[in-house]
Amino acid sequence: MKIIRFALTALQRDWRSGELQLIAIALIIAVASVTSVGFFTSRIHHATEYQAAELLAADLVLASPDPIPAFFVAQARDLNVSTAQSLSFRSVAVAGEKLQLAEVKAVDDNYPLRGKLRTAPDLFASAIETRQIPEPGTAWLDTRMIQLLNLAIGEQISLGASQFVVSRVLAYEPDRGAELFNIAPRILINLADVPATQLVQPASRVHYRLLLAGAPEDIATFRQWARTQREENLAMRGLREARPELRAALERAEQFLGLAALVAVALAGLAIVLATRRYVARHFDNCAIMRCLGATQGYITRTYLIQLLTLGFVTSLAGCTLGFLVQFGLSRLMSDLTSAVLPPPTWTPVLSGVAVGLITLLGFGLPEVTRLRFVPPARVLRRDLGPVPRQNVTVYVVAVAALAALAPWQSGYVQLTAYTLGGLVITSVVLAGLGWIVIKLLSGLRTRVGVAWRFGLTNIVRRTGSSIVQIVALGLGITAMLLLTVVRTDLIAEWQDKLPADAPNQFIINIQPDEVEDIKRFFREQGDAPPLLYPMVRGRLIAINEHDVDPDDYSDPRAQRLADREFNLSWAELPQSNNQIIEGVWWTADDQDERLFSIEQGIADTLRIKLNDDLVFRVADREVKGTVSNIRFVEWDSFNVNFFVIANPELLEASPATYITSFHLSAEHKPLLNELIKRFPSITILDVDALMGQARQIINRGATAVEYVFVFTLLAGLIVLFAGIQATHDERIREIALLRTLGATTSQLVKGLVTEFTCLGLFTGLLAAVAASIAGYVLATHVFNIDYQFNPWLLPIGLIIGAVGIGVAGIIGTRSALQQSPIATLRQI
Amino acid sequence: MAIFGVSGSGKSTLLGLLAGLDMPTSGRVILDSVDLSTLDEDGRARLRSQRVGFVFQTFQLLPGLTALENVMLPLELANYQDPREVGTEVLIRTGLGERLHHYPSQLSGGEQQRVAIARAFAPQPKLLFADEPTGNLDQKTGAQIIDLLFSLNQEYGTTLVLVTHDDAIAKRCHTRLTLNGGKLSHDTTQTP
Repeated sequence: MKIIRFALTALQRDWRSGELQLIAIALIIAVASVTSVGFFTSRIHHATEYQAAELLAADLVLASPDPIPAFFVAQARDLNVSTAQSLSFRSVAVAGEKLQLAEVKAVDDNYPLRGKLRTAPDLFASAIETRQIPEPGTAWLDTRMIQLLNLAIGEQISLGASQFVVSRVLAYEPDRGAELFNIAPRILINLADVPATQLVQPASRVHYRLLLAGAPEDIATFRQWARTQREENLAMRGLREARPELRAALERAEQFLGLAALVAVALAGLAIVLATRRYVARHFDNCAIMRCLGATQGYITRTYLIQLLTLGFVTSLAGCTLGFLVQFGLSRLMSDLTSAVLPPPTWTPVLSGVAVGLITLLGFGLPEVTRLRFVPPARVLRRDLGPVPRQNVTVYVVAVAALAALAPWQSGYVQLTAYTLGGLVITSVVLAGLGWIVIKLLSGLRTRVGVAWRFGLTNIVRRTGSSIVQIVALGLGITAMLLLTVVRTDLIAEWQDKLPADAPNQFIINIQPDEVEDIKRFFREQGDAPPLLYPMVRGRLIAINEHDVDPDDYSDPRAQRLADREFNLSWAELPQSNNQIIEGVWWTADDQDERLFSIEQGIADTLRIKLNDDLVFRVADREVKGTVSNIRFVEWDSFNVNFFVIANPELLEASPATYITSFHLSAEHKPLLNELIKRFPSITILDVDALMGQARQIINRGATAVEYVFVFTLLAGLIVLFAGIQATHDERIREIALLRTLGATTSQLVKGLVTEFTCLGLFTGLLAAVAASIAGYVLATHVFNIDYQFNPWLLPIGLIIGAVGIGVAGIIGTRSALQQSPIATLRQI
Repeated sequence: MAIFGVSGSGKSTLLGLLAGLDMPTSGRVILDSVDLSTLDEDGRARLRSQRVGFVFQTFQLLPGLTALENVMLPLELANYQDPREVGTEVLIRTGLGERLHHYPSQLSGGEQQRVAIARAFAPQPKLLFADEPTGNLDQKTGAQIIDLLFSLNQEYGTTLVLVTHDDAIAKRCHTRLTLNGGKLSHDTTQTP
């Protein structure tokens, strides 16, 4: 207990003397950056899970073209999981003289398990939530269906052999959005009415669904069990699979936020190393006296460890509080990306915040602090005696280990984290190398300039190590800012340029083969060149090189999904103009008797398919076998029609196919779509204008949020500057006192300091601009696959941020040294 | 002039006041007909750069500057036209012609103090304050440094104010002020 009291008293004393403030500020920044992201992502997670569940109307959905066996329902009941069943099919509804193809959905009393249906008593009346489903003998129709059939509420429609009274207008069904391709007008009926319609026959195309909802662990158990049932054609959609595009974008934003916070932690750690080094040097005398008075090495270690842990705990809590406040701003920025109101944050980030704080402080500070145990007692007689300096390598290896321990936790993805840490290390090494060269060049220059300049440049040259640390730390901060502002804007502009104004914004699917020529004619009648129509065949990959494809063979969830469901195949004589063959060769007319596949690179990697592999797809009831003759790179974000797998015509031509096309339609020509629907009622038109806008919005918002978190990075960079300045504070005071004694005026001293910090800032800004350009180039060519144009503004912006930012911060940091009286310093000499 | 006295007698305090590094709570310091109390910190710094030189017990060279650059420093602060030439010349006179571009860490204690003396004499100050200039040196080197100090003093016609507790050194000065407990106890004019 005595040692704790002694350590805490000493901690209080050190705090009052201002020696610990910098360490505390650095730690608060590190913890606040991590916890603000933690609080925010926990809220987003809960919001998206909730939203995803609503999009499925369940927590898990089993879908199949065949009736789902009853033992699935029984198993769900055993696991205390609620169920609801639905089935959907296409059929023609008749009202008087009018016929209309409809997407009929029949549901049981439990539907929906998540979210609620909304109905209106009449067309255009306001809709209200309901827990009911259509009574037997009645049907709820969506607005479009009612308009197309020109119906009123209370009138009758025929579906197959049955008559239904239209009792309500169906305004909203929660799981409709998840079915992007099923946007034919809707009729909702009671499941009990289906047999009487006689529409569901053994050969009918029907989608059966079993909806499940329950506690997450029960759902997980059920999911695991269902996987083992090996039911042919059964597909599972869970929360993970709902709205994958939004989820993927949000997950990526979360990863980047985590990594941005990690960079802030790394820089704050560097500040902690510098500040701790000074703190330790200032405690040599204390420790020597304590050793003389009989304190053991262990006592000294324990004392400082208690101090470090107490400081770490208290400042981490302060950091968590700041992080909590900051996440409100972050949530505001991202609020319009999720329609749901964000739930309140959970408290788990506090635990991780405190853990990050302690790991950072111990990882970066402990190697220095433990030196104190080696202070020789003889120092009381000879002040030049001190402990052997810790090798920089030891300090930084421990620090990088601490960072590596935190990293995957922060980003959640080991590979991405490894890339980022690798990028961080490479950028740091490049900055350090370039910084060293610049400093060497400066040392030659300083003999040819005046006294103030020489004083400034000499300070940079003389403290080469500390100057390089400052160049690296601030350079990383400025590089990150430049990347996220100037380079990001450039990349987005390049990306948008890649999507020309006439990029396809409309897709037509479900075109029957006999409609192909008529559709082409329709476009010609409007005076437009007809778009290219591609055949589309549903197929499921069942074997690779004679091995059955089993989802459980893959750990990647995307691979499991692809192995578990049908996807779209096509056939073509020629490759699409925007596809690029990266392995193998495309088939020619001579290959018409061969059985060949062309595979998209991404799916080939995901499913581990290689050139010359033999694949078997199940298409309808037929098995289609062929060899992979080439692998293609596809630009998915071009919004053109593209396929994972294309076969040569021989292989698939005989399979039942529908056609798909994409084309651009300007806003004033949108009425043409109505015309098209009237002429071809069975086709489905997808307007992707909104989707493109949403993709752009997600990128922009995500980047803004990352920028927001990078403010912490910049703050951490400034703390490194202050720590660097403070590390040399005593030396500066002595020098300034001496220069004053020799007759230097305040303006001469200030000129020297301005020279030092402005030059340091200019070099840092210059190097950061170079680093940001290189990073931008790498990102453009290797990640986004776009051409990168060097932005000439990067250089002046980097120079200005560096010179002004570091110049001002440097003068503020050394102000107190300028105010010291020379006699006070002389007395200590 | 020697300011003589035991440790804690106020020698360095007096030196600080005389050089305008500190201001007295009462009384005035007149330095070369200028009342220091009428000047601000920068005014006193300018006065020092033009008329005052310093030699310290612990040499006080800037570690990042070479011997020549250290000597050039006060010349540059006083806006001399040819600091390099003057600096080189003074260093040659102090016997360090071969050590112009060495850093302080590459010089012995005696050599460092020679650089400090060269720095003090280079702007040819009217007044030179030396605070225990041999305190950190062995006896033999100390004697050489004192000889150098006195010979340059003669050569440049500077008024040397020397703080020391070494009776032998004090005896070599024309005037000897003895301080005791912060008070002047003797004021002796002597023949060195």
